[in-house]
Amino acid sequence: MSSKTQDVLLEMRDVRIEGFSDEHWNPIVKGVDLTLHRGEVLGLIGESGAGKSTLGLAAMGFVRAGCRISGGSIRFGDTDLRTASEAEKRRLWGTRLTYVAQSAAASFNPAHRLITQTANAAIREGLFSASEARGAARGLYQAMSLPEPDQIGLRYPHQVSGGQLQRVMTAMAMLPQPDLIVFDEPTTALDVTTQAEVLLAMRRIVEQHNTAAIYITHDLAVVAQMADTIKVLRHGQEVEEAPARNMLSAPKEAYTRSLWSVRKLEKVTKPASETVLAVDSVDAAYGTVKVLDDVTIRLPRGRTVSIVGESGSGKSTTARVIMGLLPPRRGQVVFEGSALPPGLKGRSKQQLRRIQMIYQMADTAMNPRHTVGEIIRRPLEFYHGLTGAAAEARVLELLEQIELGADFYDRLPSELSGGQKQRVCIARALAAEPDVIICDEVTSALDQIVQEGILRLLMRLQKECGISYLFITHDIATVQAISDEIVVMHKGKVVEQGPKEEILSPPHPEYTRLLLTSVPEMDPDWLTRLAASREAGTNPATG
Amino acid sequence: MHPVLSTVLKRLMLGVLTLFMVSVVIFCAVSMLPGDFGQAVLGQSATEDAVEAFRQELGLDRPAALRYLDWIGALATGDLGTSFSGRSSSGIDRSRPVAELVAPRLANTLFLASVTAAIAVPLALFLGITSALWRNSLYDRLASAGTLVTISFPEFFVAYILILFLGTLWALFPSLAAVEPEMALGERLYKSVLPALTLTLVIVAHMMRMTRAAIISLLASPHIEMARLAGESPRRVILRHALPNAWAPIATVIAFNLAYLVVGVVVVEVVFVYPGVGQLMVDAVSSRDIPVVQACALIFAAAYILLNLLADVIGIITNPRLLHPK
Repeated sequence: MSSKTQDVLLEMRDVRIEGFSDEHWNPIVKGVDLTLHRGEVLGLIGESGAGKSTLGLAAMGFVRAGCRISGGSIRFGDTDLRTASEAEKRRLWGTRLTYVAQSAAASFNPAHRLITQTANAAIREGLFSASEARGAARGLYQAMSLPEPDQIGLRYPHQVSGGQLQRVMTAMAMLPQPDLIVFDEPTTALDVTTQAEVLLAMRRIVEQHNTAAIYITHDLAVVAQMADTIKVLRHGQEVEEAPARNMLSAPKEAYTRSLWSVRKLEKVTKPASETVLAVDSVDAAYGTVKVLDDVTIRLPRGRTVSIVGESGSGKSTTARVIMGLLPPRRGQVVFEGSALPPGLKGRSKQQLRRIQMIYQMADTAMNPRHTVGEIIRRPLEFYHGLTGAAAEARVLELLEQIELGADFYDRLPSELSGGQKQRVCIARALAAEPDVIICDEVTSALDQIVQEGILRLLMRLQKECGISYLFITHDIATVQAISDEIVVMHKGKVVEQGPKEEILSPPHPEYTRLLLTSVPEMDPDWLTRLAASREAGTNPATG
Repeated sequence: MHPVLSTVLKRLMLGVLTLFMVSVVIFCAVSMLPGDFGQAVLGQSATEDAVEAFRQELGLDRPAALRYLDWIGALATGDLGTSFSGRSSSGIDRSRPVAELVAPRLANTLFLASVTAAIAVPLALFLGITSALWRNSLYDRLASAGTLVTISFPEFFVAYILILFLGTLWALFPSLAAVEPEMALGERLYKSVLPALTLTLVIVAHMMRMTRAAIISLLASPHIEMARLAGESPRRVILRHALPNAWAPIATVIAFNLAYLVVGVVVVEVVFVYPGVGQLMVDAVSSRDIPVVQACALIFAAAYILLNLLADVIGIITNPRLLHPK
């Protein structure tokens, strides 16, 4: 992707954007310059709240409701996007300036067929006739390696998978042969195996058409594969900008280096110990749909076992079976040598207390009307009968333990950041004084730096309290950071289980290998190598 | 069988079951009405023997369970029974079958409901969609305020205001809507204008506000932002991208209001002397004409069930997830 010419396509100067909240206008983007040449791909990277999406949309002259552009200039070709009327901008949107959104599943209209949506803008603006546009769409579906490219367009959004939708959306963005595409975290919602496929297809098509693009993401390894230039944003300001290779090999700023710190976190594995919790040949089903097939997992005391696999592999269902939320069809859950009653109702308070769970969305796992103090007090009262001053003292102790402190006691969940919310959920689980905590994707909704903090906290708690973790995740970097043992799951079955070093080094079963090779590496040539190896047929890709 | 068809059949069967349960409730409710037909016809001065003899003649002395079985059994063969009225203590029987009494009244009610629906539904949709399109504009506020005003007044008040202006001061339409079976369609329509207008004013607000709210709640979804970023004009965003996903809640509210037009318009019928089924039922209740009351109540229940079924079907066929399963 280095077919750069000196032809400037987009020029943003000192762009300032404000958002309205708490009765006044707050700055979101604080004076950022951005220059993009024809055919150039610029990566915009930063944690959430850095203003990357806002800036990416502003590059199209678009602001979300409740936001406004308060300063600076935005020139796209001959058009001044700050002074252009809505009607003028609408003629550019969808044809010369297109957009690929983060969640394709939510961004397609559920009421229309895919090909109708793909071809809509091009037909409306008279770029193609209806039949030409549909033909072009089918061609692009093929180029994006979609299955049955001639038929898939006739389906409705709910009838195809998330990875396929993301590719259809890229096809939709490419169809009018735009000058610029804004990709807004297009693979964040995808499984790692699907992400690799989508990245390959997107990069190939952007290269073929020599389209300029702004690629927004929080994942440096991903942006390294896609971008010629990388710009790092923080708190609405530019940290640094450099050619992708330079940025990866020699980032200038400390902040940039910290962005991929979680990838450097690594736990020294400890040898296995006696088994505290075991899942013993469990089958489970939702209605008639079988989701777990003969699953056996062992969790040694004081250790961390990570369950990895893509969505639909049965990871979370395993957690539900252990918790007693979903009684298994066959098999049992064994805790300290004796079988647990299959359902929640059959379990004693002590049995419930000793296995706790932390959820992915800390937001929805807390009562929004309870203060942090009330949230943590609840298990203290329920399991230990602590009330009054004793409970309060214990809450303060737990708040210290999760590194938040006493001044959080009276806050509401809505006043906390994502990482702080997850810490409160950890404190709530700790309050029960459990032997085992099941962590279901607890870091996947968080920024990398925040992730690192949470993982360090969990490891410290393990060292101090001897808690065993069953850690469910789809992120291999997290697995490396925290686990002693790894379980690989695929389609409701355990593919393999063993110590971390053993699982992560070859030889691998077919699926483990696909999973591991799909994890983006901090090497700008990773995707190219992956493409080459997959084309050579050593590792057939799956849709 | 297509999943939609099987869903509809399932709902239809459930509807029949509901109707059956409703019939039990109706029967019990009617049995619990204070007083009885015998007393109502014969007057306060009648001897107890005379009333008892009359009750026996009508079968009212038999146990309630048997009377229910008789009624529901006849109903299953399409026989709504015979009205109590027309009989007298002198033994002369001029009573008529319930079906004969109800049918012309029901036809009138359905006619008025259809005329009103033909005006109110398109008007409400138009107002709702345009209010969503120009939300928070002066137009939106006027439409909201106007429809709220009309829904806030009692129906009879709206009716008398319309009679005052359109019936008396300007005399554009007749104040009395006493339609007859032999009238031509044009004349019927002309006579029905004021009651239809009154009912329109009463039901438009609810449907219009639901349409507006259903569309606006969709405008925050990511696929609408995507449509805007694809350069769709505000009009196309509403009509092409939001409206197709809003039909289910809109259809539910429309069905609710149409059912109201069938079952709840007795006040308007009285004001305009319109011979609808509502008036018939009120008369039957006051004269303790049990077969007529039961028949009317059952027809009302059936109207509710059918219209709600229709709304469900619209909800299904406008939802590709249900219409085209994976």
